[in-house]
Amino acid sequence: MMPVHALAAAGGNSPSIPAPHIEYGQLSPMLAVFGAALIGVLVEAFLPRRARASAQLGVSLLGLVGAFAAVVVLAAQGHGTTKAGLLAMGAVAIDGPALFLQGVILLTAVLAVLTYAEGRLEPRINGHRVDAFAAQAAAVPGGEQERDATREGMRTTEIYPLTLFAVGGMLLFPASNDLLTMFVALEVLSLPLYLMCALARRRRLISQEAAVKYFLLGAFASAFFLFGTALVYGYAGSLQLGEIADVVSGVSQVTPALAVTTQNDALLLIGLAMLAVGLLFKVGAVPFHSWTPDVYQGAPTPVTGFMAAATKTAAFGALLRLFYVAFPGLRWDWRPVMWGVAILTMVVGAVLAITQQDVKRLLAYSSVAHAGFILTGLIATDRRGVAAVLFYLLAYSFVTLGAFAVVTLVRDSKGEATHLSNWAGLGRRSPLLAAVFALFLLAFAGIPLTSGFTGKFAVFQAAAEGGATPLVIVGVLSSAVAAFFYIRVVVLMFFSDPQPSGPAVAVPSPLTATAIGVGVLVTLGLGLLPQYFLDLASKASVFVR
Amino acid sequence: MSYLLSATCAVPAAGAVLTAALPAGTDAARRRTTKAVALAVSVLTLGLAAAVAASFEPGGARYQLTESYSWIRSFGISFSLGADGIGTALVLLTAVLVPLVMLAGWHDADPAAPEGSFESKRRTQAFFALILAVEAMVLVSFLATDVFVFYVFFEAMLIPMYFLIGGFGDRAGGPDSDRQRSYAAVKFLLYNLLGGLVMLAAVVGLYVAAGDQGQATFSLTALTDAISSGKLVIGPNAQRALFLGFFFAFAVKAPMWPLHTWLPNAMGESTAGTAVLITAVVDKVGTFAMLRFCLGLFPDASKTFAPVIMVLALVGIVYGALVAIGQKDIKRLVAYASISHFGFIILGVFAMTSQGQSGATLYMVNHGISTAAWMLVAGFLISRRGSRLIADYGGVQKVAPVLAGTFLLGGLATLSLPGMGPFVSEFLVLVGTFSRYPAIGVVATSGIVLAALYALLLYQRTMTGPVKAPVEGMPDLKARELAVVAPLVALTLLLGVYPKPLTDMVNPAVDDTLSQVHRTDPAPAHPVAATNEGGEQK
Repeated sequence: MMPVHALAAAGGNSPSIPAPHIEYGQLSPMLAVFGAALIGVLVEAFLPRRARASAQLGVSLLGLVGAFAAVVVLAAQGHGTTKAGLLAMGAVAIDGPALFLQGVILLTAVLAVLTYAEGRLEPRINGHRVDAFAAQAAAVPGGEQERDATREGMRTTEIYPLTLFAVGGMLLFPASNDLLTMFVALEVLSLPLYLMCALARRRRLISQEAAVKYFLLGAFASAFFLFGTALVYGYAGSLQLGEIADVVSGVSQVTPALAVTTQNDALLLIGLAMLAVGLLFKVGAVPFHSWTPDVYQGAPTPVTGFMAAATKTAAFGALLRLFYVAFPGLRWDWRPVMWGVAILTMVVGAVLAITQQDVKRLLAYSSVAHAGFILTGLIATDRRGVAAVLFYLLAYSFVTLGAFAVVTLVRDSKGEATHLSNWAGLGRRSPLLAAVFALFLLAFAGIPLTSGFTGKFAVFQAAAEGGATPLVIVGVLSSAVAAFFYIRVVVLMFFSDPQPSGPAVAVPSPLTATAIGVGVLVTLGLGLLPQYFLDLASKASVFVR
Repeated sequence: MSYLLSATCAVPAAGAVLTAALPAGTDAARRRTTKAVALAVSVLTLGLAAAVAASFEPGGARYQLTESYSWIRSFGISFSLGADGIGTALVLLTAVLVPLVMLAGWHDADPAAPEGSFESKRRTQAFFALILAVEAMVLVSFLATDVFVFYVFFEAMLIPMYFLIGGFGDRAGGPDSDRQRSYAAVKFLLYNLLGGLVMLAAVVGLYVAAGDQGQATFSLTALTDAISSGKLVIGPNAQRALFLGFFFAFAVKAPMWPLHTWLPNAMGESTAGTAVLITAVVDKVGTFAMLRFCLGLFPDASKTFAPVIMVLALVGIVYGALVAIGQKDIKRLVAYASISHFGFIILGVFAMTSQGQSGATLYMVNHGISTAAWMLVAGFLISRRGSRLIADYGGVQKVAPVLAGTFLLGGLATLSLPGMGPFVSEFLVLVGTFSRYPAIGVVATSGIVLAALYALLLYQRTMTGPVKAPVEGMPDLKARELAVVAPLVALTLLLGVYPKPLTDMVNPAVDDTLSQVHRTDPAPAHPVAATNEGGEQK
């Protein structure tokens, strides 16, 4: 085949497509994850069914841990600080925030995959261990085909490659430096998630409903994002975030071909609003949060934990990059809107959570409230704000994953017992598990000496220094409201009498136990001795342009 | 650098972990081991606290035995401890009360009902570990010289306290006592959490305000030095807002009228020992923090708000006493009496005179000791008949004279009988208040009269008169119970007759606090001079 540059030379004066220069080294975390995902697909195709589950787990862990090692090596070589730069012709930025968030996403993914592989919670079928996922995803719920698949003890091991694809998209999302790459990353991470939501073994219908809901709303949000991309391109004549910033601030001129549409602020503002809608949907901010409770409730709980932790991290990373790199000069245009969104998100999330009767829905609304807290840090618009958000995402991811892992263990004969009334008296039956869940709840509530407090303190401090004192006050008040419903669960677990026919706590395999244990360690560690990670977040808080 | 202070805080913390980790079990021997370990740890802590008091030199620097370790550099936070006279007095109080509370509650965490099949096997471990955890956090709060460190432990102590209230009752309530108790625990937590979160905003605000002038630190000494020397000037509006943020949290904790409503619930539903822990130890952190943080960090705002706060404190004195008279429940009566006393303490703090503040500090110690005696004896009484209602008792002094006698002593101390510790402190507070605000001083004095009413009426109704049927055959105090009450009575009498060691320890810190707010005592000569604050010097 003729090399690309030869082709360009042959073309003479005509516009040519330059050969892309790809920095494989810096992209290696993503490549490792996508590579592992592809191997996972091959495993599905070629390995016998009985061997698939363990093979998939191995491949996934290998890919994720390898990718994490690559992130650490890149960070150690200074790619997060001094050697930060744009790669792949400006499509991808590897810098501090990108590497930090990639690390967080990979670690949460490792723990999430461990909870996927848990095989001791469901009763054995035909002597085979089964997991939390549907026997055969394509079968009609309640149909004959599904019954057969269940009776044979089949498992949907496709969940592993799907997760790896989603993780790949999540790694790219906060690192993408132009709007199209960002859109592609958004789709790569979203599509597998839609599928994964539909895979619950129990309560198939509600799970499929969740998936459809998530897909429809998510598709809408993606369309918004894409339309916003087009409008912003119309304004700036470029898709690269840095170049957009230059055009917005008037540093650089746009191509004459676009002179008609540039300087038209309507395009810019509407475009920006649409981009923000797409991203705010993914982080679950009000008024784009309505999918969260249904999807969190319907999705298989290990997937919910993964989604709640990793998707939020990735989407906030993209949101940070968009607002810090592409639109830094527009602060006064987007700031009041974002203030409104942040206030609404905190208040609505905290208030609606009070009335919830289902643990998973409660955690869903709590995640909405937390999105609001994170937004207050994002609005600070300086390095401290970025560092605070990065730290908060780290702290929040592990608490969330741990909390959902605990939810998988409280079961009765119909599967997970997520209705709150079933949790009454749990503290008397299994004090250890209840204590662990209480710790996660207290961390969500931001009680000192847990990671949640350190994170909250960091974002509130950044917001106050950025002049957003009213946001801090709203944040503090909605924290008080939020504390009420976390405490309510603690009361229920420790001070209520257990129901006689209440659920039992299943004894997990070391896999889930590891995930929960790491969650506890990180929660306490970041509460007691956060200095190292605060430093890391602070060092990683500069975006490359 | 000495490690005495950190050791004093670390020993109960480590003890809490150790106690919690002891082998579980419902048999009596296992439980006894747990209790013995916890008691030993608390006695060791008392020894360390005594060592702190012994090495504290009243004439020396404000903060002594200081220690500082870098904790969270990104926020300018170091784990710094330092003992001043006020803090040391309260550390001693805490360390003295905790072993007694444990001894008094020796059987409170034994398995309750035989049918309690869901009863946790770790109940005893949990109870004693939680007490030690509270002690450790309270000690850090009294010794912290870093605003953030103080805040963290001020907030964190709510959690073990919450589990103590919610998890362990006195089994003397009605049929729905479980529900009542968890209601009380939640109310306690939510009130205090709200206060704490408002304070969090103020803590952040303080850091930002100091950071704006290039002094981003949480170090209390650095901040107060910069503020009193004029190097750090916080604008009047900001200062008022920050003051209110801090004060709100402390007023909830203290608790000051009208933020007091959680206290009767919490004290009524928990065990007597837990109630003592709340009112005599944990609540003192609130009044202590007013003195150390509100006055030291926001001198001008403190002066601005002092009259308002004094009026609220005054309302609390009278209201608490009046409501106490009308109580049917012994423990709630003690709780309302405490609300009245907290009014006196707050009055003394914000009178901003040396007598007032020395009196307030002494009051914290004396109220702790005398209320502990009163409440614990009341707890012994309640545990004998399983009822908290005053109407269920009568004529106890005929069947259990020692119990009745010590109960009377506790009551007399509470009404500030001369010769007992609380008298000295109440007198100082009233004198200190009167010299600056005569009218408030006069009304506050009515609190003493009302105290005589509720304390003596309680004694009369429960202990005198014909022996009621449920009281017949009631056993008198046992050796364990005597061992709890005797030291408390002795201390009450000792501090009533010879308070000098305590005042010597406290006075320099009080003078330093007054100089931070640029206040001197008003000239005593002419009452007119006192009313228009002629004695104020800048």
